[in-house]
Amino acid sequence: MQSLNFQQIWRYQDHLIDGTLHTLLLTLAAALIGTAIGLAGAAAVRSGPRPVRWTIRGYIELIRNTPSLIQLFIVFFVLPNFGLRLNSFEAAAIALGLYFGAYSIEIIRAGLDSIPGSQMEAGQCLGLTRWQVFRHVVLPPALRNVYPAFTGQFVLLLLGTSLASQISAEELFHAGGFIESRTYRSFEVYAVICGIYFALVMAFKLLFAAVGRLAFRWPVGR
Amino acid sequence: MPLVDIRNVSKSYGSARVLDGVSLEVNEGEIVTIIGKSGSGKSTLLRCINALERIDGGEILVEGRSVRTDMPKLREFRQRVGIVFQAFNLFPHLTVERNITLAPVLNKRITRGQGRALALDVLERVGLADKIDAYPAQLSGGQQQRVAIARCLAMGPHLMLFDEVTSALDPELVGEVLKVMEDMARQGMTMVLVTHEMGFARTVASKIVFMHRGRVREEGPPAELFANPRTPELRSFIASVR
Amino acid sequence: MRTFVLADLLSLFIALQWTVALVIIALGFGGPLALVLALMRTSGRRALRWTAAAILQVVQGVPLLGLLMFFYFGMPVFLGVEMAPLVAVGIAMTVYTASFLGDIWRGGIEAVKHEQWEAAACLGLSTWHQFLYVVAPQAFRMALPPTVGFLVQLIKGTSLASVVGFVELARAGQIASAATFQPLLVYSIVAAIYFALCLPLTLWARSLEARLNAAR
Repeated sequence: MQSLNFQQIWRYQDHLIDGTLHTLLLTLAAALIGTAIGLAGAAAVRSGPRPVRWTIRGYIELIRNTPSLIQLFIVFFVLPNFGLRLNSFEAAAIALGLYFGAYSIEIIRAGLDSIPGSQMEAGQCLGLTRWQVFRHVVLPPALRNVYPAFTGQFVLLLLGTSLASQISAEELFHAGGFIESRTYRSFEVYAVICGIYFALVMAFKLLFAAVGRLAFRWPVGR
Repeated sequence: MPLVDIRNVSKSYGSARVLDGVSLEVNEGEIVTIIGKSGSGKSTLLRCINALERIDGGEILVEGRSVRTDMPKLREFRQRVGIVFQAFNLFPHLTVERNITLAPVLNKRITRGQGRALALDVLERVGLADKIDAYPAQLSGGQQQRVAIARCLAMGPHLMLFDEVTSALDPELVGEVLKVMEDMARQGMTMVLVTHEMGFARTVASKIVFMHRGRVREEGPPAELFANPRTPELRSFIASVR
Repeated sequence: MRTFVLADLLSLFIALQWTVALVIIALGFGGPLALVLALMRTSGRRALRWTAAAILQVVQGVPLLGLLMFFYFGMPVFLGVEMAPLVAVGIAMTVYTASFLGDIWRGGIEAVKHEQWEAAACLGLSTWHQFLYVVAPQAFRMALPPTVGFLVQLIKGTSLASVVGFVELARAGQIASAATFQPLLVYSIVAAIYFALCLPLTLWARSLEARLNAAR
């Protein structure tokens, strides 16, 4: 058994910090793209014309039933054939954004569906406009209902960005591979990388819990 | 001119005819109680008065204007006609005060300060001024329903509709809601209600309407109607609720 | 450069066998471990509960890619042993499966009302029999839809084994793509195979879920 030596790894801390920042950046970029897709898609699935609804359903099933890795390869290797020049970070952001979008549509749609029609009716009866009913009656409780699923999906996205290393996008595993090639300390390198992910996941979970407590203060029940 | 004038209204869901040539007048200050078995069309009729349901034939006039789901100024109309539901339908994420002032603040352009005064005023009328900062989930069913009534009152309605407002309540909570409704009746509010509370119908209503299979079968003052039911349907209905 | 020929297609289907093998290994070893974790997580002993919670929390806070790298590159170096790729990949997939299934099954066990344990205890059943005959069948019903849903995650997850050079479906696709320079065609076929594998499971999970909701 080899003795542990983390000293050597720390010499490359700049790479680790850089990798962490890129992982976070990639997560946020994909989350933004995906959330935009989720909002637009959920609205279209609820009230769009039939061909649009079917197209969106097809997109959701396609994404959910194929590996992210293959989706990433298709975006990265195939889009350039159509004249779209993407660097690996952009390709990863788009591929992971499409992935997050498919799950977001389902989550947001379920959240909106969770608000009973009687709530909207009560809003109408007070003379509120359709927009006012959506903004003030439907949206706040719907947000609360989707919050756990949505933030859970965000954590899975954060973990999923590790795949971007497979198209050489700079992120944590990319940095890990570099350090490993210089130090041959595989065990320590991947232990540290996993440790960083775990710390990020815990930090986000704590952050989401705190934000949730602040944002959704009304008691539930009955 | 009656406040509400329902003329030969009919409505179907698919092949099922839920309203079949219903005519009914409600004068200002009247308390009209609609009774009948479930499925007799009474709740549907009530919802048509507020344009929550489309009607297929006939006409409903409120304050002389024809009520349709596509009528002009529908939102302004709804502010003058309050409706209280069986399931309260309070907004769970808003305090009692914000439930009451949401619509006035958004649409009547009153300030938050004026809103609080308004909320206090209507809450006093339902005896819940001390619950102004509570959330719906912190209230009993009876209290929630009284807040729902206060929310309607804050709009300054000319007419109040009550759709089985005590049916979802535990028996011991029914009384407090009925008392609020009695107070409103005494103060001259025009009210149309669908209810299974025969005691309330008997003592407070100025007119009882008995519906059966989408038609108005009998109407009249409560004492008369309960003492001398003319149709066998009403007779068996009265027997069944006793 | 050459064109994509039947032999390439065949190589994909041969590699598919290894995808299926990985799924079976992960379920075969990860399933029993998941049950142990779920029972620990719901047990009356605090030490067991916390240990299980910590394991679930850590494994689910780490990317599957990290587990693979760790067990494939890290462990053999650290232990100074040779480890066959299948063993390293198998361990990573097992750990992954155990933690996610463990969490799902914990949810199923917790969804069974406490009164059910009490009622079984009142009949004089041992704790194990209370679980086996009363709680487990009910928990199974609740946990089946998400378990099938996880199966889809697992099948997709095995594609990551390609990263360490294990030749399963995704890796075979990479090889064929590099040989033929037809990534669109090759990856579309690979995606279609995964899709054909996963969609029936997804639909099954959805119908199970709907049936469960209707029964409630």
